[in-house]
Amino acid sequence: MSFISYLINGISLGSIYAIIALGYTMVYGIAKMLNFAHGDVIMIGAFVVLNMVTLAGVNPIIAVLISMAVCTLLGMAIEKIAYKPLRNASSPLAVLITAIGVSYFLQNLALIIFGADAKSFPNLITLPSISLADGKLVITGTTIATIITCVIILLGLTFFVNKTKQGRAMKAVSEDKGAAMLMGINVNATISLTFAIGSGLAAIAGFLLCSAYPSLTPYTGAMPGIKAFTAAVFGGIGSIPGAMIGGILLGVIEILGKAYISSQVADAIVFAVLIIVLLVKPTGLFGKNIQEKV
Amino acid sequence: MKNLKKVLALLFVAVLLVSTVAGCGKKEDSDNGGSGSSSDESVFKIGGIGPLTGEAAVYGVAVKNGAELAVKEINEAGGIDGVPIEFKMEDDVHDAEKSVNAYNTLKDWGMQMVMGTVTSDPCIAVQSEAANDNIFLLTPSGTAVDAIKGPNAFRVCFSDPDQGTKSAEFIADHDLGKKIAVIYDSSITYSKGIYDNFVKEAKNQGLEIVSAEAYTTDSNKDFKVQLQKAKDSNADLLFLPIYYQEASLILKQADAMGYAPKVFGCDGLDGILNFDAEGTEGVMLLTPFVANADDELTKHFVESYKSSYKETPIQFAADAYDAIYAIKAAAEDAKITPDMSASDISDKMQASMLNIEVEGLTGTIQWKEDGEPNKEPKAVIIEDGEYQSLD
Repeated sequence: MSFISYLINGISLGSIYAIIALGYTMVYGIAKMLNFAHGDVIMIGAFVVLNMVTLAGVNPIIAVLISMAVCTLLGMAIEKIAYKPLRNASSPLAVLITAIGVSYFLQNLALIIFGADAKSFPNLITLPSISLADGKLVITGTTIATIITCVIILLGLTFFVNKTKQGRAMKAVSEDKGAAMLMGINVNATISLTFAIGSGLAAIAGFLLCSAYPSLTPYTGAMPGIKAFTAAVFGGIGSIPGAMIGGILLGVIEILGKAYISSQVADAIVFAVLIIVLLVKPTGLFGKNIQEKV
Repeated sequence: MKNLKKVLALLFVAVLLVSTVAGCGKKEDSDNGGSGSSSDESVFKIGGIGPLTGEAAVYGVAVKNGAELAVKEINEAGGIDGVPIEFKMEDDVHDAEKSVNAYNTLKDWGMQMVMGTVTSDPCIAVQSEAANDNIFLLTPSGTAVDAIKGPNAFRVCFSDPDQGTKSAEFIADHDLGKKIAVIYDSSITYSKGIYDNFVKEAKNQGLEIVSAEAYTTDSNKDFKVQLQKAKDSNADLLFLPIYYQEASLILKQADAMGYAPKVFGCDGLDGILNFDAEGTEGVMLLTPFVANADDELTKHFVESYKSSYKETPIQFAADAYDAIYAIKAAAEDAKITPDMSASDISDKMQASMLNIEVEGLTGTIQWKEDGEPNKEPKAVIIEDGEYQSLD
């Protein structure tokens, strides 16, 4: 029975990684850059929800919507100010370093605005817990909400990318920016839209992360950000289902590793699995091996 | 589009500027009116180091408040043999490197003695500097063994091994449980140190450790696995030698999975009530200070603390208050004067620390040659959101 309980915890944790990983993977697919500030957008999103609910007394659902709007604008602003001018820089390192800079900037900004002490995040998800097998297996409302949200987002995004005009424009830009431009696709607007969607999802991830683990500091986004990035690479960076599967697998491996091997080396196990996967399949589980034309 | 870009860039710069200025403002706050020039030789200059911001800020701010209160009282009563104390506290954000920087800043200011640092890992770094410079150091709350390695260093609180040992003793003496589950942080000295000695002493006390699960600072959010194992082991008592942020998460996750163990912790849990009292009912912790104790000294301290800082003092404030009074007692015993060099002061203070006995908030304290305090442990239980003495 405890195995099932571990498995559900793993899926729940993995769902949060998956939602964060989507932000990494979409941005990488289109802009071919790693947005290291993504984890910190999550943190900002969580702070917006917290302050909306505790200070302004806003309804939690509206607070999450406001937080999504704030993060969307923030993501677009970061792209416009920090990344776009460097898009054609001679070295891809320039934009990578900028991303790390933006990450630190957001952390320190939050440090000044919200203070450094950990804030307790209120429990806003009011779904009841499910108790199975005489209380031996308890699934919390937060876990259920997290998994459902994750599935909805996956379905929504898959539909968006494959069936809508903007979504297909995204795919086109990710395959060949120059050709897409020649076909009349507004590349700048498409990249902006990608950042907007990724950052909007970050707000949801921030809310779910802090609902599951209710403690919030300016550094809250950093470690989940790194793990989600790992998940994105694991699943094949650039691939939407890959990010989803990668995230969930990562969560499950982490929890099962903790449960059956050692709680001290859980993180080491996670990253060891990543290394093995990349050795066997360098593009990740769902990554496409695209031949670079010279 | 061009214009928009300019406006955004300007906005970005403005935010940056504001943040720099705000940062400066914060720094001046922590200076505590340190306007005294370093050539002023008619005062004793005591430097404090601790986290005034960051995740451990609750501890550092409490130490700062407690120490300032003691300094104010001593100065109003005529100082140390007529010489007033000047106290200045620097922020180290619970980071060893920043702590050494803070130490150097204070040395430039003319510090003659160190009251700090507040947390273990920074204290280990700072004490080694202080040992090289031979500057007297008294940490109110640095619990790691190595935090007072040098002959010049002393502490007010119990060390990690002592806390682990005393916890096992206390649990056995008060019959709180026979089968113990432990969740600890294997990546910090504090938690690992307590755990190791708890295990040792538990054997002597006839306690059985049925589940011992660790986590690290990089994965300190999800404790469901550790809790599940503790639950499956049918332990009578869950021992948490960790800090309160994680403990709060553990208590909430335990509650969500329908697990309600008896919980016992160490001084790291102190501060949990100010953070989030949810789920803390019935939690027991080893702490040398209870704010609602009814002896005169505690009453007086709590009253003046509340009127100055608008909150109930935690153990760290009491440790710091005792530290300043211990420095006063030792300084008077050693008959030191402000014109002596810091190194001479350190030599005399070291000898005098062994002579004094301080009737403090955290008990009647004497010091041993290795710098460890000698006092009785006390524990509390949280009832109705308040500490109650556990005897």
